[in-house]
Amino acid sequence: MDGMVSAALSRGGDYADLYFEFRVRDILTLEEGILKNATKSISQGVGVRVIAGDKTGYAYSDGFEIEEMLRAAHAAGQIALAPGAVPAPPIAVSRSHPHDLYQVPRPLIDRDLTEKILLLQEADRVGRGYDPHIVEVRAVLSNEKKHIQIHGSHSDTTCDFQPLTVFQVSCIAARDADRQIGIKGGGGRVGMEFFNSRPPSYFARDAARQAIMLLSAVEAPAGPMPVVLGPGWPGILLHEAVGHGLEADFNRKQLSAFAGRMGQKVASELCSVVDDGTLPYRRGSLNVDDEGHSTGRTLLIEKGILRGYMQDRLSAHLTGCAPTGNGRRESYACMPMPRMTNTFMLPGESTNEQIIRSVSKGLYAVNFGGGQVDITSGKFVFSASEAYLIEGGKITRPVKGATLIGNGPDVLTRVSMVGNDLALDEGIGTCGKDGQSVPVGVGAPTLRVDEITVGGTTQG
Amino acid sequence: MRISFPLSAIKGVDVDRTDLAREVVKRAERAGASAAEVLIREGTEFSTTIRMGAADKLHQANFRMLGIRVLCGNRAAVLATSDFSDASLHEAIRDAIEMAGAAGEDLSAGIPNPDLHDPHAPSLALCFLAASQMTAEAKMNLAKRCEDAALGYDPRIRNSEGATFEDSLIEMTFGNSSGFFASYFKTTCSLAVSPLAEQDGLKQRDYWLSTHLDISLLQPPEELGAEAARRALRRLGARKVSTCEAPVIFDPLASASIMKHIADAVSGTALLRKASFLTGKLGTRIASPLVTIYDDALRPGGLGSRPFDAEGVRSKCTTVMNRGMLDSYLLDSYSARKLGLKTTGNSNRQPQESPSVGPSNFYLKAGDQTPKQIIGSVKRGLYVTELIGFGVDIVSGNFSQGVAGLWVEDGELAYPVDEITIAGNLKDMLTRIEAVGNDLLPLGEIFAPTVLIGRMVVSGN
Repeated sequence: MDGMVSAALSRGGDYADLYFEFRVRDILTLEEGILKNATKSISQGVGVRVIAGDKTGYAYSDGFEIEEMLRAAHAAGQIALAPGAVPAPPIAVSRSHPHDLYQVPRPLIDRDLTEKILLLQEADRVGRGYDPHIVEVRAVLSNEKKHIQIHGSHSDTTCDFQPLTVFQVSCIAARDADRQIGIKGGGGRVGMEFFNSRPPSYFARDAARQAIMLLSAVEAPAGPMPVVLGPGWPGILLHEAVGHGLEADFNRKQLSAFAGRMGQKVASELCSVVDDGTLPYRRGSLNVDDEGHSTGRTLLIEKGILRGYMQDRLSAHLTGCAPTGNGRRESYACMPMPRMTNTFMLPGESTNEQIIRSVSKGLYAVNFGGGQVDITSGKFVFSASEAYLIEGGKITRPVKGATLIGNGPDVLTRVSMVGNDLALDEGIGTCGKDGQSVPVGVGAPTLRVDEITVGGTTQG
Repeated sequence: MRISFPLSAIKGVDVDRTDLAREVVKRAERAGASAAEVLIREGTEFSTTIRMGAADKLHQANFRMLGIRVLCGNRAAVLATSDFSDASLHEAIRDAIEMAGAAGEDLSAGIPNPDLHDPHAPSLALCFLAASQMTAEAKMNLAKRCEDAALGYDPRIRNSEGATFEDSLIEMTFGNSSGFFASYFKTTCSLAVSPLAEQDGLKQRDYWLSTHLDISLLQPPEELGAEAARRALRRLGARKVSTCEAPVIFDPLASASIMKHIADAVSGTALLRKASFLTGKLGTRIASPLVTIYDDALRPGGLGSRPFDAEGVRSKCTTVMNRGMLDSYLLDSYSARKLGLKTTGNSNRQPQESPSVGPSNFYLKAGDQTPKQIIGSVKRGLYVTELIGFGVDIVSGNFSQGVAGLWVEDGELAYPVDEITIAGNLKDMLTRIEAVGNDLLPLGEIFAPTVLIGRMVVSGN
């Protein structure tokens, strides 16, 4: 391996690392009551990275043949010859202190197919039995195990074994011309024990409930109004509104709406936000990041004041900060970037009931699809899949899905109540950046945002 | 004629992947599969980013994946591996057959009818080697010229996410138990730049790109950089507007994103799950008479063009919508059997995926109005240049997305807007298309010209 690192650095460069990965993944899909699709894929390869100043060269090979790996090492090393701007300060030697956050002796991927099929069948049965208007149920179990090994020119060799499981049920309800879908899923870096507290029926029932509820939903309102976000998955607000904007690469390059705002007030003083990669068994957690640094808990916002960015090796090095264990990549085919792990807001003092009662006319949103942010302008959206009108301090009617849109740097300044009921999501989040997807977690207590624009169709 | 030299030039050996496909199919049959299908995706890719005039990233790689789909009677499973060694393939076949044994009996599972393969299909011109023969320095120079043009366009452009040049060369090989074995090569390249404009402490970003199979067709880097700069500059000073109902014009990038949802909604994969608002609508009028949509896998130079699909079914051009009538869904052999229809050659599964359907070159036929005429026809409305978010549900047709763009007053683009949403239902949006532009611009596999939708709800202040 040292030979490959030398090959990578043969034309210069300050740092090189090798990222070895072996990954097995299976996906089982039950539809129409039968196991329709069973797929399994095995991929292995090595990614070689060379850093020269602020430039990165990257190459990979599928497989571990020596010639291919050396070819990759030489290809990545080409970057050292490219014209660059920033001279290279020396890179500090890092030492990692790995955690052991996911002790899963027998990950689901290694279990018998029949055991896994039983989980899917239970979901199918419960989903179909929930209501006669449920016309289709689809249950998907995807499991993965990943062995990684990172060998850097300035650091120890680091290894990790990362299991990952997601169970997801979608139910379609139809009545006359109306057709609605409800989706519920969960998982993490867990084994079969996960299903003791969250059996397949739990997911199936909730997916069916959402689909049926949407059949009687009214059009969502349009315009600015107070919005109460329920605990858990609505924490996606933080991921989009501030999370991406606090990734160090965007700030180092002055691309983020948060660039240069360290130490300034970016949220109401009720808001403290952290990114924590060390929560046991969580989907977004890692013992070490994909550059070999131990993960940690990074304080992003403390009582409304911007305190920290999420760093990878390159950005930490160029800005003179310590790495925070947020250097992640989708696979050996991709170069690492600063990415979130589990991002959530710390609890406050109000109860969920107090917060809802405080709103005379607004929206209560409890489930969301995806979100997206333009990190430069700070404008972000996230789409509610389950939401209700609040009228006179009470939850009244369910509304159809609507996108909420806001401005990252000021939305948290409008948070006027924070609940005491912090919850993390159930373990289904996937974050995309620059074409790379990585598993993440989000979380929040119940929140009241005094004004946010709701993109429905009912005016006034 | 086999064009084998591109990959062999890189790999140093001449490997005929159809031989490997033949071998794997044979072994799977010997191991007990009643039928097997092999898909191999192999290639090389290059990408470089220049940011603020200097090299930022250089990425190059060779990649490969072999997927085998076995059928044991009516039970199917897929196994994929990036390790092509004998031992690994042996294990893959064994695991696939074991998994198929556990799968459910599915009467529609199978491989396509053999007469859908065409061993004598005329070859499409999909492989252009000019880009793979260029040096990394020359490619970096293209990106640099592009970013320089954006940065030099206006003093308010002071920063950039960079300019990226990418190219790839892919060989797709297919083979199955019907004895059809074939492969094709395809190249793609793209140049894109994303500058930031800044004024009064507020920043706006936009981008522009050009992408083709043949590098000689790329838009000149200077032109591309200037266009990206103009797009970023016109967003400066963006504000919200009041909530209202208004006509909405989509520029070609934005209307391509609407087409993407239509492509999803007509896909056999969604239809057999009853997960589309177009379930049961075949042969009925679902859109304005201005709407004609094709899926043309044979389009010359098309980014989604291919001689056969991922099941080896010969490619063709499908009329999906004809003047507002839903003429055809997009189907692979599985969804076709299931729905009692014929495959349209739209299997687009990757080696590691189970059967799934997707578009090839899916586009809205150009109309005859210029974008200027369309904007000129709107007294007061919204011109959308970017859609963000995931607020589109193809099951119900419910549509609610964040947008950025320009406000139209008296037929002119008046001022930039953002932090607003537009909402409606795809069913109504299709019937309310009142104008289709003549500016069809293929910037991907799914593309469309400028489109005017008569009425949507704009949510803002």
